[in-house]
Amino acid sequence: MYPVQDASQIKAMISASEELQTNKPTTEIAGATVRLAGDSGDGMQLLGSQLTNTSALSGNDVATFPDFPAEIRAPRGTRAGVSGFQVQFASEEIFTPGDGLDALIAMNPAALLTNVQDLKERGILIVNEDSFASKDLKLAKSDRNPLDDASLSKYRLIKVPMTKLTRAAVEDLGMSTKLADRCRNFFAMGLVFWLYGRNLDPTMRFIDAKFGRKPEVAEANIRALKAGWNYGETTEALATSFHVNPAQLTPGTYKNIMGNQALVYGLIAASKLSGKDLFLGSYPITPASDILHELSQYKRFGVRTFQAEDEIAAVCSAIGAAFGGSMAITTSSGPGIALKAEGIGLGVMLELPMLIIDVQRGGPSTGLPTKTEQSDLLQVLFGRNGESPIPVIAAQSPADCFDVAQEAWRISTKLMTPVFILSDGYIANGSEPWRIPSEEDLKPITVTHPPAIAEGETFLPYQRDELLARPWALPGTPGLMHRIGGLEKEDLTGNVSYDPENHQHMTDVRSQKVANAAELIGDQTVQGPETGELLVLSWGGTYGACATAVQQCQNNGHSVAHAHLRWLNPFPKNLESILKSYRRVLIPELNMGQLKTLIRSQFLIEAIGFNKVQGKPFGVSELVHEIESVIA
Amino acid sequence: MSAELKVLSAADFGSDQDVRWCPGCGDYSILAQMKKVLPSLGVERENMVFVSGIGCSSRFPYYMNTYGLHSIHGRAPAFATGIKSTRRDLQVWVITGDGDGLSIGGNHLMHCIRRNLDVNIVMFNNSIYGLTKGQYSPTSPLGTVTKSTPRGSIDNPLSPCTVAVSSESTFVARSVDFHTKHLGATLKKAAQHKGVSFVEVNQNCNVFNDGAWSHMTDKDVKEDNVLVLEDGKPMIFGKNRDKGIQLNGLHPSVVSLENVKEDDLLFHDESAESPMHALLLSRMNFPEFPVPIGVFRSVDGPCYDEQLNNQVEEAVSESGEGDLMSLFHSGDTWNVE
Repeated sequence: MYPVQDASQIKAMISASEELQTNKPTTEIAGATVRLAGDSGDGMQLLGSQLTNTSALSGNDVATFPDFPAEIRAPRGTRAGVSGFQVQFASEEIFTPGDGLDALIAMNPAALLTNVQDLKERGILIVNEDSFASKDLKLAKSDRNPLDDASLSKYRLIKVPMTKLTRAAVEDLGMSTKLADRCRNFFAMGLVFWLYGRNLDPTMRFIDAKFGRKPEVAEANIRALKAGWNYGETTEALATSFHVNPAQLTPGTYKNIMGNQALVYGLIAASKLSGKDLFLGSYPITPASDILHELSQYKRFGVRTFQAEDEIAAVCSAIGAAFGGSMAITTSSGPGIALKAEGIGLGVMLELPMLIIDVQRGGPSTGLPTKTEQSDLLQVLFGRNGESPIPVIAAQSPADCFDVAQEAWRISTKLMTPVFILSDGYIANGSEPWRIPSEEDLKPITVTHPPAIAEGETFLPYQRDELLARPWALPGTPGLMHRIGGLEKEDLTGNVSYDPENHQHMTDVRSQKVANAAELIGDQTVQGPETGELLVLSWGGTYGACATAVQQCQNNGHSVAHAHLRWLNPFPKNLESILKSYRRVLIPELNMGQLKTLIRSQFLIEAIGFNKVQGKPFGVSELVHEIESVIA
Repeated sequence: MSAELKVLSAADFGSDQDVRWCPGCGDYSILAQMKKVLPSLGVERENMVFVSGIGCSSRFPYYMNTYGLHSIHGRAPAFATGIKSTRRDLQVWVITGDGDGLSIGGNHLMHCIRRNLDVNIVMFNNSIYGLTKGQYSPTSPLGTVTKSTPRGSIDNPLSPCTVAVSSESTFVARSVDFHTKHLGATLKKAAQHKGVSFVEVNQNCNVFNDGAWSHMTDKDVKEDNVLVLEDGKPMIFGKNRDKGIQLNGLHPSVVSLENVKEDDLLFHDESAESPMHALLLSRMNFPEFPVPIGVFRSVDGPCYDEQLNNQVEEAVSESGEGDLMSLFHSGDTWNVE
């Protein structure tokens, strides 16, 4: 019954489509921040990732912030079900997905009401006016229609009958209304693509790849996409479209990458570079599950993934794999890390290399599963029984996850210790351009194992090298049979020991060994003056907002510098002298002051906290405001 | 190389550590039988790993001259999963107890078994918590009076073999610490089985639960109270081998051979595809029935570790070994000059 029966016809249609060119005037802008908001299930994340990719492919720098509810399909049309995707694209280097919105696309009243307050004055507000019937308003718990009163008068409101126009565009395909309405997000996409002068081709290729096996659906989506574009070209409500020039990034080949994906690439690279097959023991948890999904696809890289029965089995299986000689990893988020604590403590005791990845989310308890927070810092540092030190590294942005994974594995194998990697929901699901490294950029990670010994010779599993690391002796090696476990070890032999002096000695050694990581991680760097009024000290996913805010304050003539910590344990050796070179230290964190507590107790300085836990990243403007009020 | 192999003895499998179980503990017998059996398996010591949890039984790895991992409470099957999934060349033994394996670690035991991981699980069942000094365990009979149950325990006990069979174990057996020959032979069969092997060893804790299995071990009564399973043979027991097990519908009953012919008894079939036969055996409890010992079930099935590694090999043979650069450059990319 569909006029198009054949996937090859779709392909022909795509290849025949010459690039659509607007005949309207074009305004050049440095960049824009756009948010797409609709029902979860409306395809807002898809729309957002297409806009991001297309913007990146056109050479813009991009940064994204997907924001979705924990429910898979919250009741349609309700505020609880609103799913958003924010992207900033620019002709200059950017580090955040932007603060105030230049444009908001709202697919229904709930999406409008929960997002419009972030839209700048005179910002473009595109709404699907077909979804503002009284039942839609009721679902959004709104007693009035915001399109009819003056509440939106400070925005450039553009009411588009998206549902009607989409249905009309696919009318002769004979689809059900329900199916036709599913194409609405592509109509919205087409309109946004027109607005920012985006090429439709990458999205058409995407449609073909995703829906190629259902040619009628593919064609309907393509028609909706083009209808949206044509609407922009013809509507009198939009006089000009915008153009954003390519950004001057470091030369190279780029790819738009999300944090979890970059982490996976980094882990696989570390596995290859160290010659160790990768084993992941994991239990599904938001927002870390994508690491499990992604890694499970790369079996041809020697990757073995194990979806365990629970978080505990996940970490324990990883330790087993480490004992066997693999590159062992376990991934989770805050609640799962809490469950793994005893296993991680065993990892400390056994002194085996492994990576524990915590993609942080709002807590405590189940907290805010899909929202970002930095509140696991103290948990990963101290959330175990006994004296149980572990090195901790935190990623600063999506692309940075690639480097962090390798650096963590390098330290883990060099010191024979578990290493924590901290990411967060914002980094994990956000994306930015990643400069693909060349073969030469990747540095080998040297791992050695003691060789077999003859009968009668003695092997000492807890004999240490100059950094205090013990040997990684692999089962299967003749003569090296040894037993390790959670009971305190006798120095050198590893036999069970309850000797008081020995326990003190082993505790000291484990602590010093982790402290020795400071010899390997390099010095802390500072952006800005070497001494001055204020140092902004940050860590993890707040890097982009802090760097941008400090830069703005410097441009405003303030004496402020920025240091961003990569390693939270140990701290870089020169950190103390840096902290003491400024009159004040401001520590912005998406928690209630965890790094601040550490800095105060370790360096006895009066650090000032700037803290928030609202499930959202810092905005640049609020940081600028805070910095300026501290300096004033 | 095999021609050069030194013939190992039981002593070669003992570590230099002093054994620290209480004098008279049934664990000594299990350790002795294990050391006796291992040299006959044709596996080098360096290719064996003993993994344990926490509890008296879990000190076992320290006494073996093999690779060993004394892990955390209840989680030994999970550690074993990581080891065996990445190192199929190793023979992996999991040593656990009734508290370690059925209480705190019940979840891992169940999942390790249902995956049919190719490891050998030996559960030392003394029906008591020994290392924490005498609380009741998940296998203690109702009404057991202990430090934590002064008026008697009120929760139903589990049968380890029922749990194993219900978790789809491809090999389930039971033995007793006192029956050393039977124990040794059972451990050997477990080692030789491909896939998960679960062995319950009824073990006496002479300090906190002395005599828990005396009905199975006391000279005068043991033959009347124990049914030694033999594959393909009718189920006969008793000092004078004058009693048997007959099946009426789904219900077994003890019958006298004076009234019933051997051919009408229930015959043991350890390789029965359905687990119902083994399940039925696992439900035969003293004193209504003699306690079955021996192999309840031994069937073939695909192993988790083998399939996991097969998937890796298949992926490599289908699309070649992974190449970092082509991975990184896959999908949409763009150049900045």
